[in-house]
Formats: sequence, C-alpha cells, structure tokens
Amino acid sequence: MTSRVREIIIRNLFAFLAFISVMLLGLIVLFLFREGLPLFKQISVNRFLFGSAWYPTYNPPEYGIWPLIVGSVIVTAFSCLIAVPFGLLSAVYISEIAPAWIKEILKSIIELLAGLPSVVLGFFGMVILAPWMQETFDLPTGLNIVNASLMLAVMAIPTISSISEDALYAVPREYKEASYALGATKYETIVKVAIPAALSGISTAVILGMSRAIGETMVVLMVAGGAAAIPRGIFDSVRPMPASIAAEMGEAPFQSGHYHALFATGIVLFIITLIFNLIADHISNRFKEEGSGTL
Amino acid sequence: MKWRYLRQGLFFGVVRLSALIITLALMGIIVFLLLNGFRAVTWDFLTLPPTDSMTKGGIMPAIVGTFYLTVGAISVALPLGVVSAIYLTEYAKQGRLIRILRVGVNCLAGVPSVVFGLFGLGFFVVFLKFGSSILAGALTLGILILPTIIGAAEEALKAVPQTFREASLALGVSKWRTISRIVLPSALPGILTGAILGVGRAAGETAPIMFTAAAFFTALLPKSIFDEVMALPYHIYVLATAGTHIEQTRPLQYGTALVLIALVLGIDLIAIVLRGMVRRKKRW
Repeated sequence: MTSRVREIIIRNLFAFLAFISVMLLGLIVLFLFREGLPLFKQISVNRFLFGSAWYPTYNPPEYGIWPLIVGSVIVTAFSCLIAVPFGLLSAVYISEIAPAWIKEILKSIIELLAGLPSVVLGFFGMVILAPWMQETFDLPTGLNIVNASLMLAVMAIPTISSISEDALYAVPREYKEASYALGATKYETIVKVAIPAALSGISTAVILGMSRAIGETMVVLMVAGGAAAIPRGIFDSVRPMPASIAAEMGEAPFQSGHYHALFATGIVLFIITLIFNLIADHISNRFKEEGSGTL
Repeated sequence: MKWRYLRQGLFFGVVRLSALIITLALMGIIVFLLLNGFRAVTWDFLTLPPTDSMTKGGIMPAIVGTFYLTVGAISVALPLGVVSAIYLTEYAKQGRLIRILRVGVNCLAGVPSVVFGLFGLGFFVVFLKFGSSILAGALTLGILILPTIIGAAEEALKAVPQTFREASLALGVSKWRTISRIVLPSALPGILTGAILGVGRAAGETAPIMFTAAAFFTALLPKSIFDEVMALPYHIYVLATAGTHIEQTRPLQYGTALVLIALVLGIDLIAIVLRGMVRRKKRW
C-alpha cells in the first residue's frame, strides 16, 4: 500500500469517526422520539404540554406536564438569580483584579466545584440545608424551591464563571489601556469597557449556565420536594422535569403510557437545552472575529 | 473625585467577597462531609459488601462497579474523542461541514445527563438488548464525556506549534506520520489531562446510569459486562432517599459520599496539577 493511499484512507476514516458525535446526537433524537411519540396516540400534544395534572399512575392516567415545566423554569430562574452575579463577579475578580497566585488557586477551586458530583450536592441539600431551613423559617418541608435553586446555583456558577472569564480575558489590552489613558479608574474600565466588550461571551456563559441548571437531575430529584403542582410560593415543593423522569422511570411499566410520557418529557427537556445551546453557539460564533479593529 | 475611588473600593470589596463565598462554599461542603464521614470510612467499609439489607457493612461492590463503568466509559470516549479532535484540528478545512460538526459537539455537550440516561435505556438497554448492564452504562457514560475529551484534545493539539508540523513535512514525512510521531506525542500530556477530567466526570454521574446499569444491591461482584452493578453515586441516592432506614444509615451515606468526593476531586486535582506541570515545563 502506497503512503498516498494510506493517507487518503486515514483521512476519510478520521472524518467518519469525527462525525460519530453528530450521528450520536441524531441517534439521541431518534430514540427519544421512538419511545416518546407513541404517547401522542393517546393524548394531544397540547394536553401533554399544558395539561395541569400529572397523575401518571391513576386510572385513567393524566399526563399533563405543565406543573413540571413550571417547576423547572422556576428553579432555573431562581438559581440564575444567584449564579449570575456570583459567576460574573468571580470572573471579574480572576481576570482583572486578583494577583497571579490567587488567580491560579481560585481557578482550580472553581474547576473542583464544577467537578463536584451532583448527587453529593443533592445529599448536602437534603441533610444540611433542608432541616436548617425547615427549623429557621418554620416550614412544612425544607425540600423546596429555595433549597433546589441554591444547590443548582452551585452547579451553574463554575460554568458561568469560567466562560465569562475567558470572554473577559479575550478583551484586547488596547481597550483597557485607552480607557486608563482617558483617566478612567479601574472600576470604570471594568464596568464600562471590559464587561461591555465581553458581553457576547458573558451572555453565552449565562445561557449555558441556565442550560446546565435546567437539565440537572440529581439536585432537583433530591431537594426540590417532588410535588407535581404549580407552586404558590418560593418555599413550596416542585417537581422539575428531570426529577420526574429520574424518579418514575424505574417504576413505569415498559412500553406503557407512563413510560412513553417520561420519554416525551425527555424530548421537551432535550429541545429546551438544544435551543439554549444553539443560541449560545450562535452568539459566540457571530462575535468571534472581534479584533482591535472592530467595536 | 473621592466618590469615584470610594465606588471602586466598594466594587472591589463586593467582587472579592463573591470569590471568597465561592471558596467557602466548596470548603464548607468538603469539610462537612469529612467531619461527618471520616468515622464511617474504615478498612471494612471499603472492602466488605453491604449486609443486613444495606443497613450495615461496606460499599465494596459499589466501588468495583464505579471502577468498571468508568474504565469502560473512558475506553470508548478516549479513542473516539482523540480521533475527532485530530480530524478537527489537523485535517478539516473551514467550511459548512466543519461548522455542523462543531455545533454537533457543542450540542452533545449540552444534553442533560438524564436525557443521556433515557437514550441509553432506549438504545443500548432495549433496542440493542444489552439489558441493564455494565456495557450499557459504560457506553452511555462514554458518550456523555465524549465532548469533554474532544474539547481537551483539541486544545492540546492546537497548542503544538505550527513549526513542528512544518519542519516534519519539510523533511518529506507524510501527514499521518507527522501527526502520529510529532504532533500527538507533543500533545499527549494535554490529552491525558482531558482524559483524567473525563474519568472524574464519569465516576460522579448518577442520572445516566440509573436506568442503564445501576443496581440497588448485588451481593456478588459482576462476572461479565452484561451484569448489573452497584455504583457509588447511585448508592448514595438509594441510601438517602429509599427504604425505611434512612436515619439509621446516615453514617453509611456520609461515608459513601466522602469516598465519592475523595475519588472525584482527587482525580480532578491530579488533572489540574498535571496540567500545571505541563504548562510550566513546556519548552516551546
């Protein structure tokens, strides 16, 4: 075999193997739909998405996931209220203010935080936060929206922080130097020059952080409380979509309506995170070629 | 004038405080698990199976299970990830196809872990008839960490200076030999770091193995890759949420959680230290 032929074979083989990740994405879609779509022979898409009752084991069963969607959206929104400021401020600290040695340590800490298994965070929320909250605020249960949001925030902070930090780091030096030359303070330079210049990267960071939070399973499974009802307050229990899938899949009879409904919930979750990721990808791709000549 | 500096001081204070709170959050979780868990972690705890319907005994089968699942996952994801990264950095030219490939990898990275679990159930367990097994769980985890490996390998390959490739090609060496003899060895430490981080991620995941591999309890160790296994993360979940002995098994739960974070954070720490060493040692 001549080396020319070998080169061509290797090149094509590598191309094929590289596209396996895209094919896997396709397979995920295929199998989610294969197992999820049969549900819609029983009920309409509308009734599934906006039905307000999730009683999959009743007779007749009710497969409305609106309470689950609301639960997911609420814990995600609350966790972002906490994670965005912390993530962004820590990114500012690392990229603009911290001395080199603190910077290294802090980056490692954030990476370790990202590596913390979600089941451990869920466990922590269950055995420490929940009893404390229940006693301090005199609640019926400590497993509620606030607890889940706090733990989710811990998971989202590393994502938001590390991507924002990359974005801030990529801001050209000239911008900041020009700002200093005009007599701006460091604070003014960060807030009025660096952050606006890095805004596309920061938005990507926030979107990916939200995507991470809405798809996170173990935390919401263990600390959100599990009530499949529209919550009335922030100390109510909720049952976000991933929690419902994880908790019920073990008991749902194979190929039953319940089984299909859980896969259909998976489709909804998949589509939501896919949209988040496509938006993030679009933003970061569109604003990538940002040299010192632009802006 | 004074107000401008006061405002700056205030802002810096808030920024430092947020960094401090994040650090304390991590330390708090670790210290809390250490304090509560260290008494449970004995030699017997690590080497014996659970006994008395999981209210006593150890977690040895879960450690073994997590080991198998993790090794399986990385042996799927590492070759595939490295090859993908080589294609992306060394062969592919910018174009529509590559754009699709990149978006695909990014989207795969964003798929929620429970959806990977559903996919593993639908594809490996049911369609390919692997059943709930080490094989199905390891493949599911392998796909989950694939984007991590691709990202790390790509970064490592990009860090190899272009002059290395040019020098080799100028000597008349073919492209593949240049990649396998020059580029890959230079990128190896970086790729290794990514692989270690992938292992850490796979070891700590629960949702993808819940329906594909994890067993509530097995008295014996697995004999083949078609057996179900216990796994550390799932064991914590089971002990903490199911059954009638939740309060009674608290020490076991703390012990298992401590073993898991020691394992995962230990693996991550190795990767971080290794990466630091590679960066400092770099001669180019």
